Amino acid sequence: MAANSKLERDHEIDVKQMIEKNKQSKSFSQVVEKIVPIMLFLFAIITVLTTVGIVMTLLSETIEFFKRVPIWDFFTGTVLKPMSQNPEFGVLPLINGTIISSLIAMLVAGPIGLMAAIYLSEYASDRVRKVLKPMLEILAGIPTIVYGFFAFTFVTPVIRSIWPDVEATNILSPGIVMGIMIIPMIASLSEDAMSSVPNSIRDGALGLGATRLETTFKVVMPAALSGIIASFVLGISRAIGETMIVTIASGSSKNFTFDITQSMQTMTAYIVEVSGGEAAAGTTIYYSLYAVAMTLFVFTLLMNLLARYVSRKFREEY
Amino acid sequence: MKYIDAEQVSKRMGTRIAKNNLLKSLFFMATLFGLIVLAILIYRVVVDSVGWIDWNFLTGKLSTAAERAGIMGAILGTFWMMLVVAPVTLILGIGTAIYLELYAKKGRFQAIIQTNISNLAGVPSIVYGILGLTIFVRAMEMGNIILAGGLTLSLLILPIVIVAAQEAIRAVPGFLSEASYGMGATKWQTIKNVILPAALPGILTGAILALSRAIGETAPLTVIGIPALIIPFPEGIFDKFTALPMQIYYWTLDSSLVAEYANLAAATIVVLLLLLFVLNSAAIFIRNKFQQRF
Amino acid sequence: MSLLTVKENISMVNNGNTDIVSAVQSNSNVVFDTKDLNLWYGETHALKDINLTINEKEVTAIIGPSGCGKSTYLKTLNRMVELVPTVRTTGEITYKGKSILDKSSKVEELRTHVGMVFQKPNPFPKSIYDNIAYGPRIHGIRNKKILDEIVEKSLRGAYIWDEVKDRLKENAYGLSGGQQQRLCIARTLAIEPDVILMDEPTSALDPKSTLKIEDLVQELKKDYSIIIVTHNMQQAARISDRTAFFLNGEVVEFDVTDTIFTKPTDNRTEDYISGRFG
Repeated sequence: MAANSKLERDHEIDVKQMIEKNKQSKSFSQVVEKIVPIMLFLFAIITVLTTVGIVMTLLSETIEFFKRVPIWDFFTGTVLKPMSQNPEFGVLPLINGTIISSLIAMLVAGPIGLMAAIYLSEYASDRVRKVLKPMLEILAGIPTIVYGFFAFTFVTPVIRSIWPDVEATNILSPGIVMGIMIIPMIASLSEDAMSSVPNSIRDGALGLGATRLETTFKVVMPAALSGIIASFVLGISRAIGETMIVTIASGSSKNFTFDITQSMQTMTAYIVEVSGGEAAAGTTIYYSLYAVAMTLFVFTLLMNLLARYVSRKFREEY
Repeated sequence: MKYIDAEQVSKRMGTRIAKNNLLKSLFFMATLFGLIVLAILIYRVVVDSVGWIDWNFLTGKLSTAAERAGIMGAILGTFWMMLVVAPVTLILGIGTAIYLELYAKKGRFQAIIQTNISNLAGVPSIVYGILGLTIFVRAMEMGNIILAGGLTLSLLILPIVIVAAQEAIRAVPGFLSEASYGMGATKWQTIKNVILPAALPGILTGAILALSRAIGETAPLTVIGIPALIIPFPEGIFDKFTALPMQIYYWTLDSSLVAEYANLAAATIVVLLLLLFVLNSAAIFIRNKFQQRF
Repeated sequence: MSLLTVKENISMVNNGNTDIVSAVQSNSNVVFDTKDLNLWYGETHALKDINLTINEKEVTAIIGPSGCGKSTYLKTLNRMVELVPTVRTTGEITYKGKSILDKSSKVEELRTHVGMVFQKPNPFPKSIYDNIAYGPRIHGIRNKKILDEIVEKSLRGAYIWDEVKDRLKENAYGLSGGQQQRLCIARTLAIEPDVILMDEPTSALDPKSTLKIEDLVQELKKDYSIIIVTHNMQQAARISDRTAFFLNGEVVEFDVTDTIFTKPTDNRTEDYISGRFG
C-alpha cells in the first residue's frame, strides 16, 4: 500500500468543478428526463389502441352487417351461401366446423399433451427433461402453414388409404394436425402446473408406500388441476383461432354436418376465403367478414378469460 | 385387530407396480409422439424438396411453370417486411416494457395495460389481419404493400416482445441501479446506461423468437390480400409483395392442380425452416453467451 | 453555489482522541445536521425523532442490531431511501446548511456530493475502466484523457490501482469480492464527493479484505467525511471517531467512539456492546 502514491487533490484536474460546469448546461438532459416518460407512456398506449382498434373496427362493421342481415338469422341460420343469388348468412355451419375441428384437436392434444406433461414432470430425470422439453418446443415453433402443408399432402392421403370414405378435403385431418400442433402447449403448461406442486406433498404420498402413478393421480394432479384445466382451455382457444391448417386441408364447403369425413369451413377459413379478394368493400359479404371475425374474437376472448379465471380462482396455496 | 392385512398389501403390490411401469412407458411414448411426428414432417418435406432447391430456385422469379419457378421475390418480401417489424417491435416493445416496469405507478392503470397485453397475446392472428386490412390497407390507403404487412405483424408480435422485455428488465438486480442512482445518475441515465445494457441479451433473445414467429405467420397476410400474381421484386417497403409463407400457401393450394407445386411448396418450407433454425440458434447463442448471471 | 464550498485544508482538529471532546463543541464544520427526523415505510415507523450532527472529515460509525434503522438512516442522507415508493418522512436534514429533504432540492446533485458504498459489492457488468468512468460520464465528462486521469486517480485513491492497472478493460466481475468492493469505493471517489456513506461495506468480505477496507477508510478520512453503518462493533471501535447507537429506530446514544465503548451512559448501549443482545 505504501507504494501507492497519496491521493492528490490540489493539482491535476478538478472533477468537481467540471461536474458543476456541466450542471449548468444540463437543461437539455432535464428536458430528456421529462420527455422520456411521456414518450414511453405513448408507446405503452399503443397496445391499448390496438385493442380499441380491433374492437371498434369489428364492432362498427358488424353493426353495419346486422343492419342488412338480422342478428337472429345470423346466429340461428344453418345455411351459409354468401355468393348465391339469394345469399344466406347463417353462421352455424362455421361455428359447427370450428367446434368440430377444435374437438378433434383436443382429443389428440389433451390426452397426449397431458401424458407427456406427467412424464416430464413426474417420471423424467432432469437430464432427460432437459433434452425432451426443448425438442417439444421446436414443434411449437413450426409455422402453421407448414402444418397445413403436412395435413394436406401427407396426413389426408394416409387417412384416406385407411378409411377410403374420407374426402380429399375433410375436417378430420386438419383437426388431428392441429392437435399435434397444440401438444407442446398443453404439455408445457400442464408440466409447469404439476412441477410447481411442492415435493413435500409428493413425498407424503410416496412415503406411505404409494407408487409414482398413484401419487400422480391422487395427489399431484388434483393439486395442479387448475393449471391443467387452464392449459386445456388455452389449447381450445388456440384451436379455435387457428387458420392456415383448416383453410388448406378442410376446403371451403359450408356444410352444416357432423360427418368428419367431409369438408367443413371454420370461422377463420371463411375469413380467409372472403377477404382473399372477391368481396368488394361495402357489400354484404364484406361486412359478413367482420361479423364472423367478431364472433371468433368473442369466442377466443371468453376462452382466454376463462383460462385466467380458472387458474386464479382455483390456485392452490402451498 | 389389525386393519391392514400385510399379506393382502404385498399381494396387491405386484399389480400396482406393474401398472405404474406400464403407464410410465405409455407416458414416455406420448412424449415421443410429438417428436416422431416432427421427424416424419421434416422427413416428408425434405424428401419432397429434393432436387428442387437449387440456385435457380433461390434466386429466380416466380413462374407458373414449376421447373422455372424461383422464390427470390418471396425472400425479398419477407426480408423487407422484417425490416419493418424488427425496429417497430423493438422500439415499441422495449419502450412499453420500460414504462410498465420502471415508470408506471403500480395501480389501476398499469394493471389495465398489463391485462390488455396478455389478452392481446391470445387474440387469433387472423383478427390482426382484419385490423391491418381495415386500418393500414384501407383507412390509411396504403394498399397491400410491405409496410402494411409489416405493421400488422408488428402489432401481432408486440405483446410477446413486451412480455419478454419486461422479464429481462425485472431480472436486472436492484443493486445495479442503486449503484447508479447512488452516484447521482438520473432515472433515464440509469435506465440507458445500466438497466438496458444488462437486460439487452434477454430482450434480444425474446425479440428474435418473436420475429421468427412473424416470419412464419400466414393468416394475417392472406387477409391483407397478398396477390397470387407474379409481381416484380420488391425494392422497398412501399412495394407490393409476396412472402415465403404466402408462397407456400398458394403452391400447397394449387398442388391438386399441378402436382409439382407440392414440391415447390416443400422446397420453400425447407428454406423457411432453415431461416427459422438460424434465427433460433442465434437467439440461443445470445442467451448463453451474453446473459450475465448475477 | 453554497454546496460547493471549495475544500480548504481544514486542520485536523480531531486527529487525536484527546481533542475530540472540544471538537464536539467547537464549530468544526458540520456536514449533516439531522433534526427530529421521522420516517415511515407505509405504516411502519422506522426512524423516530432522530437528532444527529455529523462532522466533516471524521468517521462516524452507526451501530445497532438488525432492523434498528441504521441502514435506513444512512440511505436517508442521500435520499436513496426514496427508491422505496411507500416511504414518508418528517423533520429536517441539512447538508452543509442546505435542507435536502424538501422536493425542491435536486436529489441527483445531493448524490454527486454524497457518494455511497453498498453492503454487497455492486460493480456494473462492464470493464473496470467503464465502472470508474461511469460517474464522470453521466455528469458530462467525455474527454478521454481526463477520464483516463480520473480512472487512475480514483483507483489509486482506493489502493487498487496496482492490482488492476494491467486489466482495466476486463470485466469487473473477474475481480475478487474484496477487490470489487474497493473498485466500488474507487467508483465513488471518481465523482469526488465530500461524503462517503458506507452501508456495512465489509459484511460480505473475508477478514483480510475487511482489513484492507478498514485501512482505506482511515486514509480516505483525510479528504472525506465518512459515515459507516456496521454490524461489527470491533470495526466501529477500530476505525471511527464517533459512534451512534441505534435501537428500534431511535438514537440511544451518540458520542465519541472511545466514550461509547468505555463508559456509555445508557444501559442499553452497554448491554449491546457487551453482547447481551443483538
